[in-house]
Amino acid sequence: MRDKIAAPAGMLAELTHRCPLGCPYCSNPIELEKAAGELDTATWKRVLSEAAAAGVLHVHLSGGEPCVRRDIVELTAHCAEAGLYSNLITSGVGLTRDLFEALVAAGLDHIQLSIQDAEATSADRIAGYEGAFARKREVAAWTTAAGLPLTVNAVMHRANVSRAGRMVELAVLLGARRIEVAHTQYYGWAMVNRAALMPSREETETAVAEVEALRKKHEGRIVIDHVVPDYHARFPKACMNGWGRRTLNVTPSGRILPCHAAAMIPGLEFWSVMEHSLAEAWYDSPAFNIFRGTEWMKEPCRSCDRREIDFGGCRCQALALTGDARNADPICHLSPDHAIAQEIAAQQAPDVAPDYVYRRMKTKA
Amino acid sequence: MNAPGADSTPHLPRGVRLKHDKVRGEWLLLAPERVVKANAIAVAVLERCDGVRTLREIVDDLARTYSADRGVIESDVTMLINDLAMKRMVDL
Ligand code: SF4
Ligand code: SF4
Repeated sequence: MRDKIAAPAGMLAELTHRCPLGCPYCSNPIELEKAAGELDTATWKRVLSEAAAAGVLHVHLSGGEPCVRRDIVELTAHCAEAGLYSNLITSGVGLTRDLFEALVAAGLDHIQLSIQDAEATSADRIAGYEGAFARKREVAAWTTAAGLPLTVNAVMHRANVSRAGRMVELAVLLGARRIEVAHTQYYGWAMVNRAALMPSREETETAVAEVEALRKKHEGRIVIDHVVPDYHARFPKACMNGWGRRTLNVTPSGRILPCHAAAMIPGLEFWSVMEHSLAEAWYDSPAFNIFRGTEWMKEPCRSCDRREIDFGGCRCQALALTGDARNADPICHLSPDHAIAQEIAAQQAPDVAPDYVYRRMKTKA
Repeated sequence: MNAPGADSTPHLPRGVRLKHDKVRGEWLLLAPERVVKANAIAVAVLERCDGVRTLREIVDDLARTYSADRGVIESDVTMLINDLAMKRMVDL
């Protein structure tokens, strides 16, 4: 079995769920891990070494806000020693000048900075943190001055969708080499805030066209990666490039997942870095093997000639919309449940958006 | 964006690196969120992209080293560098 499975290429290391911001579109789970449940420094270092040995190339140091970990510099240096390409996915808040310099000296390869809107007031309201926007601009300036590649992460939803093009222009202005424009995917906190976040179909289509038009204009200056909502598509996306095919995810407490949303699928057995090596989990754990390849598929996927192209779409979406993770993703027009996806596509955004439920840790009453 | 000129000095910016991957037994160009397989020719070109040598010098060197037709080398190298520059994996 092992020799048929390709080595993992990327790992999302969710170092912590702690975060000073409270973005309502956050895809972290509702039950956030507290600091006490986080893996310690020695364990993360071991996991990073195991990742390198297993063939992981890119490591995404993420969260929450990874910079709240006091060992973030040590972990970054460890990535460099292990030959891993390190990518810091940060909100920029909590990143001081000194810490930034230390990360650069430790060999950090790339910074991915979230920006909530092209306008300060709105950006800070979305983040639930006053002054966040100004801090982010500062971090962007440090990054480009240090010669580090900068990616801007822009998650689009009702409050900022009319400024999608301006987000791209802002990223160019900040000197970013790459921007990820991603329309909100409704997992975790984003699901709770769905009614407040969902833009109208017209707004979405205008935003998508605006960003696509800028691709040509800024070619060679900025790379635009565009994640558009798939409700109007005929075929689903190849979610995660296929289950257990390229990437894996380690949660703050050390659970090893095929994707960050996989924990929502009931009955999956996830292994922990405390009991297994990363390679063991990748090749042998039930959670990775259950949807690997095409054996698990039902019809219409099983006999479909696209089964090795989109792998039947997203397991989590299939579960959420059809009640069975083994079904074809209902985005697919061949799915017997396609009507469900069409219904969602036809849904209207409410006239007045409800207030946000900001992402916060539960405090004990 | 202009095509790379003979006097440009292509180099890999910080955050882009050429790596020999022992697990897969191949050369890879690593960049933000991108992995590109590098064949022997690409490796030979990229190893010479040090920000000091000009494109002209790199082509001369390759033509000499591999006793190949300079015109063919020039068009191949220019195409490769242009393609990578568009993807922001090479700076000129
Ligand atoms: S999306 Fe916002 S709240 Fe969630 S981890 Fe990122 S910065 Fe923090
Ligand atoms: S039937 Fe399944 S494999 Fe075929 S296109 Fe639809 S989701 Fe993909």
